[in-house]
Amino acid sequence: MRRFLGAALLAMVLVPTAQAQQVPVTRYTLENGLEVVVIEDHRAPIVTHMLWYRVGAADEPAGKSGIAHFLEHLMFKGTEAVPDATFSEVIEANGGDDNAFTSQDYTGYYQQVAVDRLPLMMEMEADRMRGLILDDTAMLTERDVVLEERALRTDSNPGSLFSEQRNAAQFLNHPYGTPIIGWPDEVNALTLQDALDFYDLNYAPNNAILVVAGDVQPEEVLALAKQYYGPVAPSPGIKKRLRPQEPPQRAARRLEYRDERVSNPYVIRTYLAPNRRAGAQEQAAALSLLADVLGGGGITSLLGQRLQIEEEIALSSGAFYSGLSYDPDTFGMYVVPKPGVSLQEAEARLDATLAYLLENGVDPARLARSKAALLASEIYAMDSQMGLAQRYGAALTSGLTIEDVAAWPDILQAVTEEDILAAARQVLDKRQSVTGYLMGAEEGKQ
Amino acid sequence: MIRVFSMLAVFWVGLSPAQAASNIQKVTSPGGITAWLVQEDSIPMVALQFSFRGGTSLDPLDKLGATNLMAGLLEEGAGPLDATGFAERTDELGARFRFSAGRDSVNISASMLTSNLEESVDLLRLALVEPNFDAVAFERVRGQVNSGLRGEKTDPQAIGSKALRELTFPDHPYGLPVDGTLETVAALTPEDMRAAHAQALGKNNVFVGAVGAITPEALGSLLDELLAGLPDGIADNVPDVTPALTAGITSIEFDTPQSVISFSQPGLSRDDPDYLAAYVLNHIIGGRSSTARLNVEVREKRGLTYGISSFLLPYEHAALFMGAFSSGNETVAEAVKIVRQEWAKVAAEGVTAAELETAKRYLTGAYPLRFDGNAEIAGILAGLQVAGLPITYIGERNDLVNAVTLEEINRVAATLFQPEKLRFVVVGQPEGLPED
Repeated sequence: MRRFLGAALLAMVLVPTAQAQQVPVTRYTLENGLEVVVIEDHRAPIVTHMLWYRVGAADEPAGKSGIAHFLEHLMFKGTEAVPDATFSEVIEANGGDDNAFTSQDYTGYYQQVAVDRLPLMMEMEADRMRGLILDDTAMLTERDVVLEERALRTDSNPGSLFSEQRNAAQFLNHPYGTPIIGWPDEVNALTLQDALDFYDLNYAPNNAILVVAGDVQPEEVLALAKQYYGPVAPSPGIKKRLRPQEPPQRAARRLEYRDERVSNPYVIRTYLAPNRRAGAQEQAAALSLLADVLGGGGITSLLGQRLQIEEEIALSSGAFYSGLSYDPDTFGMYVVPKPGVSLQEAEARLDATLAYLLENGVDPARLARSKAALLASEIYAMDSQMGLAQRYGAALTSGLTIEDVAAWPDILQAVTEEDILAAARQVLDKRQSVTGYLMGAEEGKQ
Repeated sequence: MIRVFSMLAVFWVGLSPAQAASNIQKVTSPGGITAWLVQEDSIPMVALQFSFRGGTSLDPLDKLGATNLMAGLLEEGAGPLDATGFAERTDELGARFRFSAGRDSVNISASMLTSNLEESVDLLRLALVEPNFDAVAFERVRGQVNSGLRGEKTDPQAIGSKALRELTFPDHPYGLPVDGTLETVAALTPEDMRAAHAQALGKNNVFVGAVGAITPEALGSLLDELLAGLPDGIADNVPDVTPALTAGITSIEFDTPQSVISFSQPGLSRDDPDYLAAYVLNHIIGGRSSTARLNVEVREKRGLTYGISSFLLPYEHAALFMGAFSSGNETVAEAVKIVRQEWAKVAAEGVTAAELETAKRYLTGAYPLRFDGNAEIAGILAGLQVAGLPITYIGERNDLVNAVTLEEINRVAATLFQPEKLRFVVVGQPEGLPED
């Protein structure tokens, strides 16, 4: 993320779209290949304008880790029309907020502003799609900012450092094993030319998705998009994204990380897991519900009930799965044991809970509650314009269609106990897993 | 071309958050509880925000952490439901409740679906009025609080806040930890929870914001159902206090590559007539804006940090003006020096007309962006009441910002910015940093 926002943006959650009350969504494609998605929200005269590029950290050249995120920062440094790093200044002068973000699969830029400023947002965003001007002075200062960002987010946080190591162990070949922000030495060696090469290759209308959410009519947005983005020439160099894929994973990996800043040790395990794919989201839906019944919702989940309430060995526990990625990612779970309970014991109880689930199936009442909560989250999702725009942008840059997004809530509701158990049996294969212990400096030492 | 467009915006007066501003109704329940309501029917949900005045500052010295733990236990079993039963019922209804404790208030937010509003309100009422504080849930949640307290001992942010808090308020509840200490929390009992509940959640002490698909009449009876069973809370007996801050740097050794810095000096209380001018002034100097002076000098020009900002923090009984950033151990001394220079410069010279104009354009234009969602608006409505602002404030606020003059803001700058009281707390291994 370009600008420091604390946890606000990171807390954004992707939740699927409502069935009972569909949000009006319209899609167009311009002649130059730009996809346009319009989400209507007429509650206030405000608009969220987001431009998503189908390129992220996982698309970086070898040895240039961090370049996607670094370029995201540099995109604010100026063009001929908006020179001298005044991009955000112009947005602010128009009463708007703006920022940007980079993931493994996408890079996004957005502004939130009064709806009558939408043409200006489009003019400026289209302008910097091909017109970025960079020099070494700006580049070097911003590289220091990015290194400070890395120090803040990763190096100052033992959990983040550990996560970086676990990811690197999880992916034997796929670039998801490399951190988005980059390895420190590689970030420190990035050059102006690296940024410009990455920019020229990837920033083009035929590699982007425009998402506009707010008090707008779809045809108006289309007309404006044609006016501002239409003249931007497509890039002939855009190819389908083909990243190195994982070979068969045959050996369970185990990691220990000690850091004296750790006060509450935990055990965490991830398994390689399939993602949502266009027209084929059923298994991902089953895994989403598996995560929820196993470790969502605090003490009502199976892990919470067994480890926190019945056995009283854990301070907290959970399972997590997003499914929203361009290539297969992970399904994970963790246990934070109570003081006096070892990580080995916590891991044993975690494994016993998994075995219990596979043996005894899913409590129908628990599955019904999970589905009810998912339905409710659809209604709450409509309350956040930014959240809706984020949902579509992330899905489309992950290889899904708006039809897939619209179908997702129904697919979730249709998941059966058998689906969940079948998905669990396939994915919870230790040979494809990484189990990690995060510990204080002296933890468990005799 | 683009620059020309932005210059034209000088004459643009800004958008008012129309719906929210014009449609706030003051609702008084048959039982006499008041709330501010925005009826918004487009999504089948209702968002409520309760702010009970008092908060953790009311904790007796030997019961520090009681109010915080009590707030965490409200959803851990109530009426006939144990903790699991309460959580399961919440999931079934698709309701979302959040309970938290701050220095001056206990805050509760609830988002509920209109399709089962009655059942959701019944459940929330149990949490507010009939929490069980049973021994098993009490021990479990106390364990979680303790884990947080242990974590604070190795977290540079928490170490810095604690040091700064103690320097600022050496003899006042504001100098004490909101969540208690390992020692005080260890001594708490379920009986203490009942006492904290009785004093913190009083029906005479609560401000309510409500947004969603609900009529004033329905809200009135909902409020009575929710709150009528509560007693009156105790009067706020916390004394006002002046921050005991002096200029200088307090350094705390911590093994980390990047130092964590917080800084603070006395601020302005929310009802100070200069508060809004000070707010605009802070935006120019340390707001979360790319053009804010601290951001330009420390980040954009020199790359010494990922983010730096400052903010006014008006508590109920004291007012602070604070800021924070992180910087590499080798660069922190330069960054601190620059912040001090900027502080002295504002105090001596104030800001320019152009800066004021830019700030007004941003602040008035961005104000409606805050009203993004029912839950956000409910929070704003409760917050305005806590601040003692009139129900017409949202509609008037941009005019008030636009009315701030250069003369006024620079008069405020000369007194608000006090380099002689600006204290830095640095946690890390800073190089070449003088300490005093």
